[in-house]
Amino acid sequence: MYTQALDTHGKEPVPAATAEAGALPGRFQARIDAEEKIEPKDWMPDAYRQTLIRQISQHAHSEIVGMLPEGNWITRAPSLKRKVVLIAKVQDEGGHGMYLYSAAETLGISRAEMVAQLLSGAAKYSSIFNYPTLTWADLGAIGWLVDGAAIMNQIPICRCSYGPYARAMVRICKEESFHQRQGFEIMLTLAQGSPAQRAMAQDALNRWWWPSIMMFGPSDADSKHTAQSMRWKIKRFSNDELRQKFIDITAPQAHFLGLTIPDEELRWDEAAQHYQFGPIDWSEFHAVLKGNGPCNRERLEARRAAHAAGQWVREAAMAHAEKELRRAARAA
Amino acid sequence: MSTEEWPLFEVFIRSRAGLEHKHVGSLHAADARMAIEHARDVYTRRQEGVSIWVARSADIVASDPEEADALFEPARDKVYRHPTFYAIPEEVKNL
Amino acid sequence: MSATPAPEAHYRYVLRLGDTSLVLGQRLSEWIGHAPELEEDLALANLSLDLIGQARLLLTYAGELEGRGRDEDALAFLRDAPEFANLTLAEQPNGDFGRTIVRQWLIDGWQLEVYQALTGSSDTRLAAIAAKALKETRYHHRFSSGWLARLGDGTEQSHHRVQSSLDELWRFTAELFSPDEIDESMCAAGIAPALTELAPRWSARVDADLAAATLRRPPAQPYPWHGKRGVHTEYLGHMLGEMQHLQRTYPGARW
Repeated sequence: MYTQALDTHGKEPVPAATAEAGALPGRFQARIDAEEKIEPKDWMPDAYRQTLIRQISQHAHSEIVGMLPEGNWITRAPSLKRKVVLIAKVQDEGGHGMYLYSAAETLGISRAEMVAQLLSGAAKYSSIFNYPTLTWADLGAIGWLVDGAAIMNQIPICRCSYGPYARAMVRICKEESFHQRQGFEIMLTLAQGSPAQRAMAQDALNRWWWPSIMMFGPSDADSKHTAQSMRWKIKRFSNDELRQKFIDITAPQAHFLGLTIPDEELRWDEAAQHYQFGPIDWSEFHAVLKGNGPCNRERLEARRAAHAAGQWVREAAMAHAEKELRRAARAA
Repeated sequence: MSTEEWPLFEVFIRSRAGLEHKHVGSLHAADARMAIEHARDVYTRRQEGVSIWVARSADIVASDPEEADALFEPARDKVYRHPTFYAIPEEVKNL
Repeated sequence: MSATPAPEAHYRYVLRLGDTSLVLGQRLSEWIGHAPELEEDLALANLSLDLIGQARLLLTYAGELEGRGRDEDALAFLRDAPEFANLTLAEQPNGDFGRTIVRQWLIDGWQLEVYQALTGSSDTRLAAIAAKALKETRYHHRFSSGWLARLGDGTEQSHHRVQSSLDELWRFTAELFSPDEIDESMCAAGIAPALTELAPRWSARVDADLAAATLRRPPAQPYPWHGKRGVHTEYLGHMLGEMQHLQRTYPGARW
C-alpha cells in the first residue's frame, strides 16, 4: 500500500551494445506478458530493478514508520485484551517491514543502505503515517481505514511479476486480515458505547477519512509512470480504480457504524453503481509528502533516535560474534 | 559498510513434521544463535514452524540463470522419466 | 503438610505473580518501535506478549480467589500503586537496552525457579498456568542471557554500560528470595515453593551467566523496598498513570 506511485522510475535502459544484448529487453517483456515470475538473478532492465527497489523499500519504510503512530497507544490501551492485540498488530507491521527489506535486498541494495536513506530523509514512505494518533479511536480508524486501503492495494501485488515481492505480499496479506477487523471492532465498540465514545469515533473518522483515500495516490491522469509499471506487472490496477473500490466498500461500513463520512458530496450513484465523492485536496497531500505534515519531523526523529541509541548494542553484538569465531578457531 | 552491520541470513522453516524445510525469507543477525531466535520471532508467530534452519546468505551457492538451459533443458525431452509416458492396459492393476 | 491457606493470602500470592508479569510486560512494551534493530522490536514484543498473557491468566484467577467480582481489567486498571504487588525490580525504568536486558535476565532467572516449582503446586490451576509460563520463560532466559553475554563480552563500552546497570539494579534482588508470611503460608499449604530453597539454584545460574558475560557479581545489599508488599519506588505511580488513563477518564465505559 504504502506505494503511492511516488517517484517510481529510474533512467531508461542503456541502448544495447550487441544484438544478443539487444534481444534481452524483448525476451524479458515476453516473460512478463506470459505471467512468468522474475527471480533475483534473472536478467532485468535496470529501470525495472530501480523501480522495484524504490517501491519495495518505500513500502518497507512505511511499515516501520507505521509502527509509531499505533505504538503511541500501546502503553495506554484501555484493556489487557486490546493491549495484546495492538502489540501483536504493531509487531506484525515490523515483521512486514522485514519481509519487504528482505525482498528488496535480493535486488542488490542492503538493509543498511535503505535505513540510511530513510533516516536521511532521502527515502519516502506513505504520507498517512505523518498524522498524529490523538485518541484511542484513532487506532480504530487506522485499522479500519488505513489497513483497509492497504489490503486493497496489496492483494493485486501478490501477483506482481517480481517473485520475492509477490511472495512477501502473499505472506503479508495472510497476516493483514486481522488488522482491519481489529480496527473495525474498536470503532464498533465505541460507536455503540457512551456519547463521549461515539463522539470520539466520529472525530477520528473526520480526521482520518481524507488522508486514507489520499493513500491511493494522485489520479492516474496526473501520473506519467503508471503505464510502464503496468506493462511490467508491478502495478496491476490504477490509483483511481483502487480508490473507487475502497470507497464503495467502506461507505456502507461507516453507515453500519452510524457514523458520518466527512464528505458532503458522497452519494450512491445508482446508474454508475458507484459512490460519487467530493474533490480531494491534493495540496495537503503534497505538503505532507514534502515534509510539512503534522508529524513528519517527529516520525523521523524517533527512527533516528532509536538507530543512534542502538549503535552501541549492534556494535557489541558484532564484536561478541567475532570473539566467538576467534575462540572457536583457536579451539579447533 | 559500518562495523555494526549484522550479516544477512536466509531462513528455512519446516512447518510440520513430514514436510521439508522451505525458504521463507531473510533477516539480519550478529551470530547464528541470534539468527535462530530472530527466525523464530519473525517467521513462526502463527505456529508455522517445528524446525528452523538458518544459513548465512553469503554461504548459499546458487545455480546461474544464464546456465538454466544447460542445467535444466536436457531434462525436458526425457519424458520417459514420467509415469504418464507409458501406456498400460486398464485391466492391469497396481502399476 | 497441607494447611488450608487463608483466602486473602492465596489471593495476594497469585496477585504478586500476575502483577510482576503485568508490570514487566508493560515496561517491555514501551520499547516497541524504538529497539536497537528491527529484529529486536519483534523479540521484545514477543516477550511483552508472553508476560501480559501470563498476567491475564494470573489476574483473572486472583480476581476469582478474591471473590469480589473483579476481573483482569478491574485489577489492572483500577487499583492504585500501593495495591500492586509486583516485585520492585519489575517497575524499574527501561533505561538503555543493556539495563532492560539486565532487569529481564534477573527476573527470568527468578521466574524459571518459581514457575518450575509451581508446576508441582497443590493448586492445580496455578500449576497449569506455571507450566505454560515455564516454556515461555525458558525462551526469555535464552534471549536475555544471550544478550547479557553479547553486551558483557562485546565492546569495552558495552561491558561498562551493562556492568553499571547490573550494579544499580542488584539491590532489588534482595526481595526475590526473601519470604514473608504470605510466602510461608502458601508454602505450608503446598501451593508455593520455599523461596530459600530456590535461592541457591538461582544464584548458581546467575554466576554461570555472569561468567559467560565476563561480568562481576555485585556485593549483596540489603534493600528494604518490597513491591510485593505494596511498598514501591516512585516509578510505579507514573507507569500506572499512563496505563490506566483511559479507564480512569471514562469510568464504566466498555472498550
